[in-house]
Amino acid sequence: MNKQITAQEPLFRMVKRDNVKKGTKVLTVAAAILAALVVDAVFIFLVTGLNPFSVYGVMLRGTFGNKMRLSWAVRDLASLLLVGIALAPVFKMKFWNIGAEGQILIGGLAAALVMVFVGDKVPSGVLFLVMFLASVLSGALWAFLPGFFKAYWKTNETLFTLMMNYVSISIVACVTNILRGRASSLGKLNMKTKAGWFPEFLGQRYNINILIALILTFAMFFYLKYTKHGYEISVVGESENTARYAGINVKKVIIRTMVLSGALCGLCGFLIVSGRDQSISVSTAGGRGFTAIIVAWLAKFNTFTMVLISFLLIFLERGAGEISSAFGLNDYVADIISGVILFFILGSDFFVNYKLIFRGKKAKEVQES
Amino acid sequence: MSVFVSWILRAVAFGTIIMYGAMGETITEKSGNLNLGVPGIMYLGGFAGFASAYYYEKNAASPSGVVCVIIALVCCILASMAGGLIFSFITITLRANQNVTGLALTTFGMGVANFFGVFILNGASYTAAPLANKAFSARLPFMTKNPAPVLEMFFGYGFLVYAAIVLSVVLHRVLNKTKVGLNLRAVGENPATADAAGINVTKYKYLATCIGAGISGIGGLYYVLDYNQGIWATTDQIEALGWLALALVIFTTWRPLNGIWGAYLFGVLYWLYQFLPTILGLHVPGYMTDLIQMIPYVVTIIVLIAVSLRKKRESQPPASLGVAYFREER
Amino acid sequence: MECAIQFKNITKTFGQVVANKDVSMEVYHGEILSVLGENGSGKTTLMNMLAGIYYQDSGQIFVNGKAVEIRSPKDAFALGIGMVHQHFKLVDVFTAAENIALGLDKSEHFDLKKVKEQARAICDQYHFELDLDQKVYTMSVSQKQTLEIVKVLYRKVDILILDEPTAVLTPQETEKLFEVIRNMQKNGKAIIIITHKLQEVLSVSDRVAILRKGEYVGAVATKEASVQSLTEMMVGKKVDLNIERPEPKNRIKRLDVKNLTVINSDGIKVLDSVSFDAFEGEILGIAGVSGNGQKELLEAIAGLQAAEKGSSVQFFAPFKMYSVELLGKTPKEIREAGIHLSFVPEDRLGMGLVGSMDMTGNMMLKSYEKGKFFLLDRKSPKQLAEQVKDTLEVVTPGISTPVSRLSGGNVQKVLVGREIAESPIVLMTAYAVRGLDINTSYTIYHLLNEQKKKGVAVIYVGEDLDVLLELCDRILVLCGGRVTGLVDGRTTTKEEVGRLMTAAPMRGGDSDE
Repeated sequence: MNKQITAQEPLFRMVKRDNVKKGTKVLTVAAAILAALVVDAVFIFLVTGLNPFSVYGVMLRGTFGNKMRLSWAVRDLASLLLVGIALAPVFKMKFWNIGAEGQILIGGLAAALVMVFVGDKVPSGVLFLVMFLASVLSGALWAFLPGFFKAYWKTNETLFTLMMNYVSISIVACVTNILRGRASSLGKLNMKTKAGWFPEFLGQRYNINILIALILTFAMFFYLKYTKHGYEISVVGESENTARYAGINVKKVIIRTMVLSGALCGLCGFLIVSGRDQSISVSTAGGRGFTAIIVAWLAKFNTFTMVLISFLLIFLERGAGEISSAFGLNDYVADIISGVILFFILGSDFFVNYKLIFRGKKAKEVQES
Repeated sequence: MSVFVSWILRAVAFGTIIMYGAMGETITEKSGNLNLGVPGIMYLGGFAGFASAYYYEKNAASPSGVVCVIIALVCCILASMAGGLIFSFITITLRANQNVTGLALTTFGMGVANFFGVFILNGASYTAAPLANKAFSARLPFMTKNPAPVLEMFFGYGFLVYAAIVLSVVLHRVLNKTKVGLNLRAVGENPATADAAGINVTKYKYLATCIGAGISGIGGLYYVLDYNQGIWATTDQIEALGWLALALVIFTTWRPLNGIWGAYLFGVLYWLYQFLPTILGLHVPGYMTDLIQMIPYVVTIIVLIAVSLRKKRESQPPASLGVAYFREER
Repeated sequence: MECAIQFKNITKTFGQVVANKDVSMEVYHGEILSVLGENGSGKTTLMNMLAGIYYQDSGQIFVNGKAVEIRSPKDAFALGIGMVHQHFKLVDVFTAAENIALGLDKSEHFDLKKVKEQARAICDQYHFELDLDQKVYTMSVSQKQTLEIVKVLYRKVDILILDEPTAVLTPQETEKLFEVIRNMQKNGKAIIIITHKLQEVLSVSDRVAILRKGEYVGAVATKEASVQSLTEMMVGKKVDLNIERPEPKNRIKRLDVKNLTVINSDGIKVLDSVSFDAFEGEILGIAGVSGNGQKELLEAIAGLQAAEKGSSVQFFAPFKMYSVELLGKTPKEIREAGIHLSFVPEDRLGMGLVGSMDMTGNMMLKSYEKGKFFLLDRKSPKQLAEQVKDTLEVVTPGISTPVSRLSGGNVQKVLVGREIAESPIVLMTAYAVRGLDINTSYTIYHLLNEQKKKGVAVIYVGEDLDVLLELCDRILVLCGGRVTGLVDGRTTTKEEVGRLMTAAPMRGGDSDE
């Protein structure tokens, strides 16, 4: 008992902050990114002995080296952003859809199948319309299943959607296996006819993707903020009880929002197949389904903030590619660097919401306040 | 018969990987932390174990199997716990969202393992640590070269398979029969209550998450040094295993004992595509094999649905799972 | 008497809210001290610092004359301080014994049997009835409370803090609890009771310490205090404690509830053949220990809870010859049928409002569909928000501040303001003044009376019997999901209602059991 009596006050303790200004938040995130870059620099130096500044310099080249690279960076940004936009409504509803990967794949597959089997039979306008419908519907179906079970029986959506990813990987593997026949890989689809390929627009096929991403950025922002659906999503995400009280059909909103998200993911699959890869494989989604979750979450579902975060991640990815070829490292350095940056950004929120008070500050605090 | 035995052999070995992953995650989740970084942690553990064994084998004058096992295990556990520590610091101390942090940890762990892995590979598509593989997959001394099939089904594995079973029994005892277990469960159910009862919530969460990560990491180690015959290659296979381990946690309804049969059942389903057609005497084209491989995932979905339909109070996740705790919250 | 606890210049803030400011007071061994104050006066915060839940910004706590640092509940236990929190600190899926064993010192060997033996001894000593193998989630509120007290006694505390211990008890159970407390007092323990119920303060304590807006006002010996003097110290000015009760004018039936039966998701019958009428221009009180079906009753009427076959809730709209069945309709369908039914639920931020949204966003919660096409209309909700803010004097930086940032009283004003703005025919409120200070409570009573005078049928679920008896025209008593009585608010007594709250249910002619 006497032990406590001589004990000192705690070394530090945490206090919650109120009314944090927007500027503070931005500064904190900026500081976090800076700190992460320092940690990454130390890491690069220790592991490779390279000068971190020259490494970062090379990294810049990955995105800004020349016009083509910038264009590719924007292309990749658009692909990631599209998935982030697709995920924004469900995550705002606090529904953990980590099955975007599978929804993209199945949408892409649907588009690819249409391309292969009806590509030369119909005019291209009709073809694109059918591809669009097929991919959107299949993505929506993929999302409908977990949404339905979540709505009616509260089935854990995180694992359901995750497992659906592997189901679609299996299906895509199976179909590509059939399509490629004896060849070792599928290659570009409809190489001769180019049916189902997006036309070149301002010099690149993928510019259509960029355009659509741009339109959807505005559209989704508007949908979430200014429509009845968006309002319902916010209420359901905050509290299901409140939603029921307000007369919102919670089950309908969950399923509808999930279907919307899946349909948009399916659309991403279509855009990747037609506008970017002109092919389909199990790696068509390429981990974007997971990365986009981080994009949507960090942006707090604001699609314009998502543009910035997608840019940051794509910049790192492309920069890492540049480093690896320049210094003989490998691409995985991107995962490490972005992992560290994400850790710092995630952790930085704490300093926005809490402050630490260290021992011995007691008296001073009071005088100040 | 021999096909059946090989099936069981593969299934148990496969099950052991995810059993470790799931046991670790169960401990973590019992403290109220949902760590989606299990795949990343299994990468860290698997790679650290492999790398340490590889360098020991390469540089020691007369490498011994036992030392190799110890070094690999220690390095694996330390690396995995480091992953757990990162997760703990960000989610427990800094109170960031657990799901997103977990996903970031998965990216990070995979990146670290494959990044450094490339240095070891040094241009080759794979590298092996044969001594470590021999030590880890060594059978019990009384096993002859060609044992009876039944004997092989039960005793034809490396020691980590049995360690996993022992560990799950131990974890079951600790969780249900000891004060530490009681306190840990209270922390996951209702941290405010545990705190008011004088339990150090932060300490429990940290320890459970780090120890859980350590155990999960052994799954990665077992994959590389035993299941995969001591071969390291740049791979995303471990990621899929990590997600399956997470699914297994739900499948077992947070009970380590259920993990034993649950894991082996997953193993049987996973290897079904290769062995069942042979047993049935069917020829299955390659594309069908791709399709059959979805079975364990489909089964997991069905189990998820079944569990949610049953709604039994005792099979629910810890009540505060995924929620950060702040004592002075008002 | 010896000084058990001494607070010296304690200050504690949460963000910009000052919960305790420069509080200095003492507690002695062998006394029962009431800590009295309005909601939000900092009583619980002060005691939480003693229990190690919070840590003070400045100031010093002394236990038995020695300066101590209580950094965690563990430190508090080591000093012999135990607290029964208002929101029980129990693990639902554990048994009673497991809850008692939780967090015990490491040196003690883990032996559930021994824990049970000792707990049993404590139960015998103080005449508690407690099944140590029962899971907490199957317990009633008073069982949980008993468990909490046994848990604290098991740890052999010298200083016991009880936070609003009687909030969920019947008058009879309360008396039993006080008996136990007096017993403990005789054993020389220091007991602190946090409460805002003046009658209880007068009946149980030796001394009353009063806090107002986080500051220590002073302490008085109970025998020198009266309800009026204590209220004045608490509020800081003279308060008229009388609640107005206008006579109902016409008895036109608005709601006819018949045989309402509800079975919850655990398969328990939470409402059993409840029947009653509600008339315009009257306030119908619903009394009962919380958790006896009040919540389900209101939610069933509001379309939030499914009812069993044979139940019926008829709504009689003004100037219409026929009635409308409410059961089976969703809240939206009820609204679309043109039925003006307002509902102020118990869980304000978890059901009635969206905490992260501002006042405008919350005003449109039930009317967001009125916008054109698929678009939201923010204009009229914004006007309504301004109007509610002005007429109810909501204290907020502005209508665009998230409502979760407002104080409890202002949150309730926003909610009640919105519900009244819909010009209801029937207005249901659940625990409308829970957690509010006296002034705001009286504002709410006043608002309800205004509605009553306008001819609204008001249903008031309450927990403070004194208020129910003063405010309501009739009082329906629920116990175990059954109606155990319907009494006239003007003639009944507290004892009668209290007895009905624990009474064996009245049986109709043909019982189904």
